[in-house]
Amino acid sequence: MIVASSTVRFDSLSLDSGAVLSPVEVAYQTYGALNSAKSNAILVLHAFSGDAHAAGMSPETGKPGWWDNMIGPGKAFDTDRYFVICSNVLGGCRGTTGPSSINPTTGAPFAMSFPVITVGDMVRLQRMLIDWFEIPRLLAVSGGSMGGMQALEWAVSHPDRVVTAIPIATTTRHSAQQIAFNEVGRQAIMADPDWCGGNYHGKQPPARGLAVARMVGHITYMSDDSMREKFGRRLRGKETFSFGFDVDFEVESYLRYRGSQFVNRFDANSYLYITKAMDYFDLTAGNGSVAAALERAQCRFLVISFSSDWLYPSYQSQELVRALRSRNRDVAYVELQSNYGHDSFLVDVAEQTELVRGFLASTFEKLS
Amino acid sequence: MKTGFVRELLGRSDYAIIGEIVEPKARVLDLGCGEGELLEWLAKHKGVDARGVEISSAKVQRAIARGVSVFQSDIDQALADYPDQAFDYVILSQTLQETLHPRQVLHEMLRVGRKGIVAFPNFGHWRVRLSMLFSGRAPRTALFPYEWYESPNIHFLTVHDFEALVQVEKLVVERRYFLAGHQKVTAAPNLFAEVAVFLVRR
Repeated sequence: MIVASSTVRFDSLSLDSGAVLSPVEVAYQTYGALNSAKSNAILVLHAFSGDAHAAGMSPETGKPGWWDNMIGPGKAFDTDRYFVICSNVLGGCRGTTGPSSINPTTGAPFAMSFPVITVGDMVRLQRMLIDWFEIPRLLAVSGGSMGGMQALEWAVSHPDRVVTAIPIATTTRHSAQQIAFNEVGRQAIMADPDWCGGNYHGKQPPARGLAVARMVGHITYMSDDSMREKFGRRLRGKETFSFGFDVDFEVESYLRYRGSQFVNRFDANSYLYITKAMDYFDLTAGNGSVAAALERAQCRFLVISFSSDWLYPSYQSQELVRALRSRNRDVAYVELQSNYGHDSFLVDVAEQTELVRGFLASTFEKLS
Repeated sequence: MKTGFVRELLGRSDYAIIGEIVEPKARVLDLGCGEGELLEWLAKHKGVDARGVEISSAKVQRAIARGVSVFQSDIDQALADYPDQAFDYVILSQTLQETLHPRQVLHEMLRVGRKGIVAFPNFGHWRVRLSMLFSGRAPRTALFPYEWYESPNIHFLTVHDFEALVQVEKLVVERRYFLAGHQKVTAAPNLFAEVAVFLVRR
């Protein structure tokens, strides 16, 4: 199944910072069909480096979507039953307005003149897209990592528009450690002389800085176990050490490869803006506590965490679940056993599939 | 519902009783709900708002997959988070004897629920008594099938023991059911009941 992105343009979007983006475009893909009651729509929310291409094959790259193992006929998000939508986030670089978009007042890319955005702003733009589809209520909002933050934001900011929320491997707010890793990534980009204060468009982009940022990211997405299993101390194409600083170990080669690949598909300034939005995300802000924020949420929750995820550890999901319980909200939660670290929600999906399928089916049956 | 006759429900007589007690549309929390069979039945047949707590990850997964809102937690922790009187019924179906602090659990279940349904295997049953008397070892019967070192049961109680605790706690027993297989026991329940079900409130 080949799926290409479409784009919708809206006149303007007011941001949490007070700035207004005008106009604003959002790239999206859909899978399955919307029923006549418009009650079977699911919004899937991508993580930090994802895009609108969640499922099917991309005509552009020939690659499957980032959650292709979860979305499709008979899969967790069963496209024989449900209408699945995924859009690129605000601030992204894959079709939705972001720092690499052209600023209409100058005719040049926004670069660092792009306003600072928040997860709340991302969700506001998604809501405009859902309005555009004339979908009154989403059967589910779901995503992992930053996608989970958006799902939570949907649940509290649009309680009347969401029937269920499925936040996976996520948190109600970044810890110091999570902010720290993001800051290392940002500093790697900004320390690259090619970054030029963000004005690298038409010139050499800060590829080395962005690649280093991605290498750090990849380490945090894996676990000690999965890295040992995948690489161990194996050498790359040699029997002995080179006694130099070229690639010796498999893991070095892998990280360099992933870093260099990332540069081809991701904008360095988007990296800065989106990681900042994640760091700013805090459900307690203006509410006093997570529980007080979740007071507004009315939907059913399915929360999932993974045993080996040390970037978004289970205690963060459990904190969310406890807050939901304290407000007597309908919540199902389980920690799944997996060795794949934070990446588990993308790669180790067999059990996750059963959970999501049963949870969605029982809710959907009650609706209809 | 006919009295003196216990319908079979999922092969467990205490489930059948619980199915009789719980009113339609009630808010129900099942502590130690396993794979959520009882909750699923209550949701389907009584339209209850069904929630469950279970410690085993595998069981929680199967419960969620069957559409029941269950979360993975130990019972003590789970109860502490809920606001007062959040549920109409809090169910402890053959779980009390497995909890670390049964008295505390009883307290908490009647804080978060208006009423509690406590079902437990009766350690005073004659078979248990005979088993211990004649073998001189920790009793092993159909009701208590485990070797002592494998048993999930860490507190053993009889019908009389529970009645005594109810006195100490000054709880009101609204209804009590005594079961042997799928029959109701009318005489000498401490000797003849395999399972006791108590409906209690403050």
